[in-house]
Amino acid sequence: MKGKLTRRTMLRGMLGGTAVGVGLPLLNCFLNDNGTAFANGAPLPPLFVSWFQNLGFNPGRWKPETLGAGYQNNVELKVLDPFRERMNVISGLRYFMDGRPLETHVSGVQIATMGSLPLGAQSDSSLDTAIADVIGARTRYRSLEIALSGGRQSLSRRRGGAVNPSEPSPAALYARLFGADFRDPNDAEFTPDVQVMARRSVLTAVGDERRAMMQRLGTADRARLEEYFTSVRQIEQQLNLELQKPAPIAACRLPENRASEEDPGRAVAAVKQNNELFAELVAHAAACDQTRVFNVNFGTQGLRTPGGVRDWHSLTHEEPIDPVLGYQKEVTWFIDFATATFAEFLHKLDRYKEGEGSVLDRALVLWQTDHGYARTHTMDEVPALTIGGAGGRFRTGLHVNINGDPSTRVGLTVQQALGVPLNSWGRLSNQTSRTITEIVA
Amino acid sequence: MSKQQGRTRRWQWLAGLAALGVVGVAVMALRPQQVPFEPGEAVTRRLSAEQYENIVRDLFGEDIELGGRFEPEMRVDGLFAIGASHVSISPAGMEQYDAMGRTVAAQVVDEAHRDALLPCQPQDAGTFDEACARTFLQDAGLLLYRRPMAQSQLDSYVTAAREAHELLGDFYQSVGLSLAAMLASPSFLFFEEVTEPDPRNPDQHRLDGYSKASQLSFFLWNSAPDKALLEAAGSGELHTRAGLRRQVDRMLDSPRLEAGLRAFFADNYLFSDFETLAKDGQLFPKFSAQVAADAREQTLRTIMDVVLHRDADFREVFTTRRTFLTPELASVYRVPLFSEVPNGAPEGWHAFEFPEDDPRGGILTQVAFTALHSPAGRSSPTLRGKALREVVLCQKVPAPPGDIDFTQFEDLANAEGSTARERLTAHSSVPSCAGCHKIMDPIGLAMEHFDGIGELRMTDNGAPIDPSGDLDGTSYNDADGLTQAVAQHPAATSCVVERLSARALGRLVARGERPWIKHLNDSFGDSGYRLRELLREISLSEALYTVAPTRPEAEAVAALSALPATLIPEDAP
Repeated sequence: MKGKLTRRTMLRGMLGGTAVGVGLPLLNCFLNDNGTAFANGAPLPPLFVSWFQNLGFNPGRWKPETLGAGYQNNVELKVLDPFRERMNVISGLRYFMDGRPLETHVSGVQIATMGSLPLGAQSDSSLDTAIADVIGARTRYRSLEIALSGGRQSLSRRRGGAVNPSEPSPAALYARLFGADFRDPNDAEFTPDVQVMARRSVLTAVGDERRAMMQRLGTADRARLEEYFTSVRQIEQQLNLELQKPAPIAACRLPENRASEEDPGRAVAAVKQNNELFAELVAHAAACDQTRVFNVNFGTQGLRTPGGVRDWHSLTHEEPIDPVLGYQKEVTWFIDFATATFAEFLHKLDRYKEGEGSVLDRALVLWQTDHGYARTHTMDEVPALTIGGAGGRFRTGLHVNINGDPSTRVGLTVQQALGVPLNSWGRLSNQTSRTITEIVA
Repeated sequence: MSKQQGRTRRWQWLAGLAALGVVGVAVMALRPQQVPFEPGEAVTRRLSAEQYENIVRDLFGEDIELGGRFEPEMRVDGLFAIGASHVSISPAGMEQYDAMGRTVAAQVVDEAHRDALLPCQPQDAGTFDEACARTFLQDAGLLLYRRPMAQSQLDSYVTAAREAHELLGDFYQSVGLSLAAMLASPSFLFFEEVTEPDPRNPDQHRLDGYSKASQLSFFLWNSAPDKALLEAAGSGELHTRAGLRRQVDRMLDSPRLEAGLRAFFADNYLFSDFETLAKDGQLFPKFSAQVAADAREQTLRTIMDVVLHRDADFREVFTTRRTFLTPELASVYRVPLFSEVPNGAPEGWHAFEFPEDDPRGGILTQVAFTALHSPAGRSSPTLRGKALREVVLCQKVPAPPGDIDFTQFEDLANAEGSTARERLTAHSSVPSCAGCHKIMDPIGLAMEHFDGIGELRMTDNGAPIDPSGDLDGTSYNDADGLTQAVAQHPAATSCVVERLSARALGRLVARGERPWIKHLNDSFGDSGYRLRELLREISLSEALYTVAPTRPEAEAVAALSALPATLIPEDAP
C-alpha cells in the first residue's frame, strides 16, 4: 500500500509540474564534444548483439592456420577481412550432451544460448537476458529481437516460459522504435504527455493484483506470473522514460523509413533486403540509446534460392561432396551468402559514426552456430566469432583455440566482459568457470 | 504421487462409495458415466490470441478492432492448448497487450459505442461520476475476469479511473484507461483454476463454480463464459448434476460451438504453420497466400460439415468426398466449379463432391495437409508420413539419430529420373534409419500423387508413381486406400479423444486419469463416433473439474524436469 501511495504521489507531483523539471534524466548521457563519452566523462555504454546462424561452416575452410594475433582469415571468413583486427575467431568449442538424446540443430542452439539443455519450465534463461539486465536495465527496451527470415521464433528467453518474440518485419520494428511513442532526445521542447501520465497511473491497479494472485499459485505458475509482472514493470519504466526529458545525444539521428513491402519469406533476396533494413534500424536504435541488446536469429534452415528444389538444410544432408572441390558446392554457396549477410550487418553498424568511433566499436557481436559440421551433426570443433571490442572491454584480432573445452567458456567470457556478475556458467559438462583470458582486456 | 498413495486413494474412494450404501447406488444410477480416476493437477493458462479476440467480440461487438498482435504461442505435446499452461508474457508481448487493451477500450468508450456499451452515462463528462464508473468496471470485470471482482480489485480500478480523470478531465477516457488496464491484467490474460475442497470427497479438490464455467466455455466455445453460465456458476447450479447438464446442453446447441471446434482442429492439425507456409513461385506459380488461406478454411469446413452440421461419424473426415471450394482452390484441384449466381461466375465458397474414382477424398488428401507438410520446392513423403503418425494417430516418431552418414543416400538422392520411392528406399538399407522411416515413408509414398502444393500428378521425375503400401497391417493400393485404412485405425479415434481431453484440461491426461480416457473411448464408439456426444461426455465428466490437492514442491519440480524441449526453432527439421 505504501509503494502505491508513493507512486501516485509522484504522479500527482508531475501533474503539478514539480517533478518534470527536477527529475533526473534516466538517460544520463549528455555526450562530450567529440561524442566519445558522456559529458561527465563516462564512456559510451557497451552494446551486445547476438547473431545465431545455424548450419555453420565447412570444416577445413574457416579455421585460421595460425593462432594468436596476426592470423589470416580462411576462405569462408575472407568476407570479414575488413574487421579482422576488430574480431576474434574462437575454435575448438564443444557442446556436451551428457547422455541426453541429440536433437539435431536444436541441442547446440540451446547449449550456446542457455549454457544447458532445457528443463521444461525450469529451463535456464539465455545469456542475452543476463547481459540486458546489467547493461540495458534503464533503456526504453531491455532488448530487441529480430528474425531475418520470417517467423517469430527467438532464442532469447527468460525463466518461466517467457520467450521474447522476434520481429520479422522491418516496418513493424521501425514503428515500434521510431513511431509515435519515440521521444527525440535532441528536441528542444519537452512537455510530458498527460495521457502517458494517466496510463502510468492506471497500471498501478494491475500491479495491485499481484499479491493475491501469487498467494494462490503453485511454484511453476508463480514463476510464470513473476515474468508477467516483470514485463508490466518494463512498460511502467517505458512510461517513466516518456515522462522525463531525455538528455540530448549528439549522434542520435532518426532513420529514414525505408521499409517497403514486407517479405518475411525464406528466399535469399528477402533475407538480404531485410538484413539491410534491420541493420540500419539497429544502428540508429543503438545510437539513440533505445536499447543496448539485440538478438538476431538468421533462421537458416528453410532458406532457399528461387527455383531451388531443396533448402539449405536439406542440401547439407543430400548434396554430394564435389569430388574436385572437396566440399558441398550448393551448401557452400549458402554459407558464403550467410557470412556476407553478416558482414553487411557489421558494415552498417560500423558506418554509423559516433564522434570518432562507430556503433560497432562499442558493440560486442557474438556469432554462434549449432554444429561443427552440419552435414554429420558434429558437436565438436564448433566455431564462434566475436566482433567489436565493446568499448575497450575485449581484446581483438586473435584466433584462440579452446581445444574441446565446453563452448560455455565463450558465453561466460562475454557475460563477464559486459559486467554480469558470474563466476561460472552452464550446467553439468557444459559448466565452466574458465574464461578465455586471451580476449579479456 | 507414489503407487502406494495411489492405491490408498482408490481404496478410500471405494470405501467411501460403500459407506454411501443405498445412496451410493442411487448416485451411480444418476451418474452412470462416472468412472474411478485419480485427478491431475490444476493449471494456469495464458489466453490464446483467438480466445482474446473472441472475448472482445463477444463482449463489445464484432466491429471492435484489436490493433495489435499477440505473443507467439508454444506447442507442447502437440497442442498450443497445452503450451498455454507453460507460457508467460515477455516485455515485448506486454507492450502489445498494453497497446491492444488501449485500442479496444478507446473504442468501447468512444462516441459511437458508449451509449450501447456503458450501463450508465455521467451527467457531465467533466466531472467524475464514481457510481457510474464503478458500475461499468464491475460489469466489465465480471465478464473479463470470468468471476465477480474482489472488492479491493474493483476499488483499485475505480481509484485508477478517478486519478486518470484528475489528469485528463474526461470521464470516458478515464474509465477507458481503467478498462484498458483490466484488459492487460493477469486476471484477464491468464485463466487460473481456482480450487476448493470437494464437499463430496474430502480427499480431493474441485474447481470452484466460476473456474468450472471457464473450463467449460474455453473448451466448448474457445471464449469466456456468457452471463447465463456465470449465473449458473454463482448460484451453485454448476455443482449439481442436472445444472451442469442443462448448461452443457445449452452450450452444445449454441452457434458458438463451431468456434470451439474450429479452434481445436486448427490447433491439432498444426494450422498455425500456415503463417509461415511459402512455396517457390517458379516451381508452383498457382500457389498464393489466398490459396493457403482457402486451403485452411476448406479443411475446417469439411470437418465442420461432418462433425457439426451433419453430426456424422467422425471417421468420415478422412474419407468424405464432400468438400467446399473457392475458384482459387478449384484451380489447384483442377476441377470445374459452377455457380448459381446469375452471370455464372464462380465466387466465394461452393459445395463440391469428388467423384468415386478420384483419388481425392477426406482431409488428408486436401491441400491443407499435402502442401502444409511439404517443403517449399517439392513433396516429402517422410514429412507427410511423420505428420500423419503424429497429428492424426498421436504416435511419436523418434528424432533421427544425430550421427547419420548420408553418403549412402547422396547418389540416389541426386540420380536423374529417380522417383521419391527409389530415393527413399535407401533408408531401408541403413538399420538406424530403417526403423523409423518404415513407419513414415510408406504413408507418404501413398500421397505422392500430390505434389508440393497438393496438385494431382501421375508421374514423378517422368516415372510413374507407385502409391501402394501398408499401414500397420492394412495394405492399400493408393491414397484412397490409405485414407480408408486411417479411418479404420483404432488410433484415429483414440487420438481425437486424447487431444480433446488434453485441450479441455490444458495439460496432458495424467496417468491416474487413464480409466476416464478408456471410458471416453468406449462411449465414443458406442455413440457411432459422434463428436458432439464426445464433447458432451467430456464436459459432464468429473475428471474435468477435479484436481489433486497441491503437490509437494519437490515433486512438482521433478515433474517439470521431465517436460520435453520447448526451445525448438520453428524451422528445425
